[in-house]
Amino acid sequence: MKVLIPTPLHSYTGQREVEATGSTLAAVLADLDRQYPGMRFRMLDEQERLRPHVRFFVRGEAIFDLATPLRASDELVIVQALSGG
Amino acid sequence: MSKTTSQPASGARAAATRSASHALPARRVLLLVATRKGAWLYESDAERKTWRVDGPHFLGHIINHLVLDPRDGRTLLAAAKTGHLGPTIFRSEDLGRTWKEAARPPAFAKSAAHGRTVDHTFWLTPAHASEPNTWYAGTSPQGLFRSQDGGVTWEPFSSVNDDPHYRTWMGSAQDGTPDGPKLHSILVDPRDPAHLYFAMSGGGVHESVDHGGNWAPLVDGLEVVEGFDPANITFHDPHCVRLCPSHPDRLYQQNHCGIYRLDRPGRQWLRIGKAMPQAVGDIGFPLVVHPHDADTAWVLPMDGSNVWPRTSPDGRPGVYVTRDGGESWQRLASGLPRQQAWWTVKRQAMSADAQTPVGLYFGTTSGELWMSRNEGRRWKCLARHLPEIYAVEAAELA
Repeated sequence: MKVLIPTPLHSYTGQREVEATGSTLAAVLADLDRQYPGMRFRMLDEQERLRPHVRFFVRGEAIFDLATPLRASDELVIVQALSGG
Repeated sequence: MSKTTSQPASGARAAATRSASHALPARRVLLLVATRKGAWLYESDAERKTWRVDGPHFLGHIINHLVLDPRDGRTLLAAAKTGHLGPTIFRSEDLGRTWKEAARPPAFAKSAAHGRTVDHTFWLTPAHASEPNTWYAGTSPQGLFRSQDGGVTWEPFSSVNDDPHYRTWMGSAQDGTPDGPKLHSILVDPRDPAHLYFAMSGGGVHESVDHGGNWAPLVDGLEVVEGFDPANITFHDPHCVRLCPSHPDRLYQQNHCGIYRLDRPGRQWLRIGKAMPQAVGDIGFPLVVHPHDADTAWVLPMDGSNVWPRTSPDGRPGVYVTRDGGESWQRLASGLPRQQAWWTVKRQAMSADAQTPVGLYFGTTSGELWMSRNEGRRWKCLARHLPEIYAVEAAELA
C-alpha cells in the first residue's frame, strides 16, 4: 500500500511517499522498519505505544490499535502534529 | 573546614603535584556543543586562539550530549531526539563528516503493565580504556544502558532499571527535574573498569564494584531539602558528580543542596560549599575538575533562592575556583558581563581541556559559548546566538 511520510521522517525514506506491505498496521510498520531501519522506534516506543504527536490515518480515520486490519488498496497517512517553540 | 574521613587534602595535593609536573604538549581542542536545536563543533589551533566552526549538525534536533571517544579520537556519539520523534543515538566514525543511526538505541525492557519509555538519552560516557567498544548511557526517565559495539546497539542494566529499590528511589516524573528525571554522571574508575558510579536527579549517587551487576547508594553526609529525611534515597538530588583523573579516589559533587567532596574509601561527603561567599551560595549545576590537580575544581553558581530562578546570582555570572580541595573559593569573572546577565549553565555545559594551563569552556542557556585559556583568570566569548546550550565537552585532537 501507499504510505505518506511526514517531513520529520524523510531522513529515513528520502521521499514523501513509499510502498509497504502488511495486513495490519503492525505489519506495515514492521515492513517500513525493514526497509528503513530505525524508523519504527521513532514513531512507537518500547512499550508499543504511539509516541506523542504521532498519528496514523487510514480512510480518513485515526487508528490507534496496531492490530487494525489494513487492505492493500488502503493508503496509510503518517502525521506528525507539530508543536512547541 | 572539618576534617575529611579518609584521604587528607595534602595527600591529594602531593599526587597532583606529581601529575602536574608532566605537562603535555599543546594539542588542538575540539569543543562539542550540544543544543536544544542541533550540534556544533569548534576546532582550535594548538594555541587555542583561533577556532573553526563546523555546524549545525542535526538542525532542529534536541541534542542532549555529544561525546568524542578518547580511545580512538574519531568516533562521536550524539544523544538525539526531536520534539516529535522518539529518541535515538547517532554515530560518526569520522569526526562528524558522516553520521549513522544506532541500530538499537537505549530502550527499557518491554513490560506487560506500566512499562517505562525512554524519553531521551541524556548522558554518554565512554567506558574504560581497556574496553574500546563499550559505552554507558543515562536516560530520562532514569535508566542505565551499555553498548559493547561502539554505540550501535544498547542493552539495559536490569540491576538498576528493573530493581524494585531503584524504581522506588527514582520516584515519579513529578519528583524529577522540569524536563524529566535523569540518570547522569556515569563515572569509570581509570584504575578499574569494573568500578563505576552514577547519579540520579533525583535518586542519589550510586556505586558498583562489579561492572554494574550490583549497586549501592553513596549518599552519607549529603543534605536534602529541609523537612525531608536524608535516609530516604529518593530525596537526594545530585546535579553533577566528577571524578578527579589525577586522583581517582577523590569525587566532587554539585548537589541541589550544596557543593561536596568525597575521598574514598571514605563514604562521608563533606559540604565544601559552606566556604563559598554567603551572598552567592553553593547552589548550581555544573562542576569541573582539574585534569592534573585534584585540589582544584570550578563551579558556576546560580540563584537557588525562593522560586529557584536558575539565573546567575544578581545577574552577575561568575565562575568560582577552589585550589585547596574546597577550603576556600575565589571568584573568576574577568571578561564576563558585570551586570544584567541572567543566563545560567546546565550541568553538562561546562568542561575543561587537559592542557597547561587548563582551558575552561561553558555554554549558556542563552546560547553563548565562553572560554578561558588560563584556568578561568580571563574569559572570552567564543560564540553568540546559538540555541540554548545543553552540553559542552572539550576533547583533545591528535
